Amino acid sequence: MTGNIAILGYGLSAIGPGVGIGLIFAAYINGVARQPEARGMLQGIAILGFALAEALAIFGLVLAFVFK
Amino acid sequence: MSLNVLGASILAAEGGEGSGFQAPTPAEFYQPLIGQGDWAITRPIVVLFISVALISWFLVATTRKAAIVPSKGQWVTEGIYGMVRNGLARDIIGSRDFLRFVPLLFALFTMILVNNLFGIIPPVQYPTMSRIGVPIALTLVVFVVYHAVGIRKNGFGGHIKHMIPPGLPKPIYVLIIPLELITYFITRPLTLALRLFGNMFAGHMLLLLFILGGEYMLIHGAFGLKIAGIGSFLLALVLTAFEGLIEFLQAYIFTLLAATYIAGSLADEH
Repeated sequence: MTGNIAILGYGLSAIGPGVGIGLIFAAYINGVARQPEARGMLQGIAILGFALAEALAIFGLVLAFVFK
Repeated sequence: MSLNVLGASILAAEGGEGSGFQAPTPAEFYQPLIGQGDWAITRPIVVLFISVALISWFLVATTRKAAIVPSKGQWVTEGIYGMVRNGLARDIIGSRDFLRFVPLLFALFTMILVNNLFGIIPPVQYPTMSRIGVPIALTLVVFVVYHAVGIRKNGFGGHIKHMIPPGLPKPIYVLIIPLELITYFITRPLTLALRLFGNMFAGHMLLLLFILGGEYMLIHGAFGLKIAGIGSFLLALVLTAFEGLIEFLQAYIFTLLAATYIAGSLADEH
């Protein structure tokens, strides 16, 4: 079996952001369920958190192509 | 133009009959139209110019005869402008000095949105942002702006000082100062550019893989693989819709983060 081990690195780097994004949106859904009128305010925060947590996965993706 | 890619890959797949399916590579994104080398006119730059012309035309056409009762086009323009102005700029930068950043943020948002959506709109089907140079250029604009605003407000020393949170025990500063400087000068621009690039690149690659793979299984595969090929095409359709969502979200996130960084440079004190 042949392949590029960098792809494994990407898989590993996606675990953390995956868990993190799950937690962020879980908290967002919880917040909206408890206080539906706070949706507008929570949405911006949730998307901001999502964008920041996602960065690591994106690094992993890019580095998987850089270090071939 | 996207048919060229498909055609080339089919040829590549047929050319190497024994080698089987060839997965798409990042090299497929480099498509020079005129010339070669560093100064070649490539497909993304053509798409970029088309998008600029399209946005300018749309914005002028829908706002020139602005009426109290808006037409459909005016309604769309006003909706997007209202979202960027009120939902992003005013809420994040604050009502005191958000107004001078609205043109920048609105330009960023419409530019990225249209270029991203070109990734799934059939005659174009090329997300410009999947070439790293384009997000880097946009990020440089944001980078210069959020430092320039901070320097203009606090002076150069004040701007640097502003990055470091005050009131911590002295030994902690040994750790905090490098970390904060890295955040402001390296991590922020790097993640801003890479996030947009990575999402567009990976998303388009995914579509390419499902469609090319489906095509290969449907044409060259055995009976069982043909069924899988149909499944692959269906999944490609679903993913195209999903891409549309991601593309909108990335345009929103880029503008949101640009506004957040500007707001951070303008904030009074921690």
